[in-house]
Amino acid sequence: MSTSTTSIPDPTTRYRRTGQRGLNAEMLSWMFMRGSGALLVILVFGHLFVNLWLGDGVKGIDFAFVGGKWASPFWQVWDLLMLWLGLIHGGNGVRTIINDYARGDRTRMVLKALLYFAVVVTIVLGTLVIFTFDPCPVGAEPSLLPSFCEG
Amino acid sequence: MASAQSGTLYRGREGMWSWVAHRISGMAIFLFLLVHVLDTALVRVSPEAYNEVIGHYKTVVFGLGEVALVGAVIFHALNGLRIILVDFWSKGTTHQRKLFWGVVIVWAVLMAGFLPRHLMHMFGA
Repeated sequence: MSTSTTSIPDPTTRYRRTGQRGLNAEMLSWMFMRGSGALLVILVFGHLFVNLWLGDGVKGIDFAFVGGKWASPFWQVWDLLMLWLGLIHGGNGVRTIINDYARGDRTRMVLKALLYFAVVVTIVLGTLVIFTFDPCPVGAEPSLLPSFCEG
Repeated sequence: MASAQSGTLYRGREGMWSWVAHRISGMAIFLFLLVHVLDTALVRVSPEAYNEVIGHYKTVVFGLGEVALVGAVIFHALNGLRIILVDFWSKGTTHQRKLFWGVVIVWAVLMAGFLPRHLMHMFGA
């Protein structure tokens, strides 16, 4: 047996995996997934509790129900946050899945282009809907509207 | 020595299966989210159009689909919190298996709370 001692670094010694210092895009993406994920747990659980648990659950959801909710800035902001965080979190997750499984450069590029297109269109559409929504549209059948639409 | 048959610390164990389930549930939730924003956007078309389409969510087939969706959402949420603990809590990696079984138990409790209530809404008890 050799008597010479080899110095082995402690397994917990910090080391740099890449030459890159400080913040970079993939690290920001990693941080975002955890931050947005924690917020989304609260937002989505609240959404499911109010829409599927309280009252008549899914049977109670109609135009008047949505109109009643979005009459309040509280639920507008809630749903707006859920829309943006959910789609960016989900889009970033699918980006990871595409990077993992799509082998060809071309396939990967096409799939990600489709993904980004779908995410942007859905975010813009959803944002417009939340901010331009009219709970009492002129000329609509009054029985389908929220109770506060009178006159 | 670890082998493909016996598995390793990760392979074929809680760590791997939670990763698989996280990925599948995440993909499914994302696809639903795209559809869900589109169906909600119908409130800008007319009350009739929205009520017509959202009415499909109240059918038996969709009702069962909502059970699967809520199950996927709750799992993804709880396992996501487990991932955060594994990454940021100093004891997270040591307890990752226990955390996984914690996720399974809390998932079962929440589903046991949701399922009867949802079935009552669906079938009007």
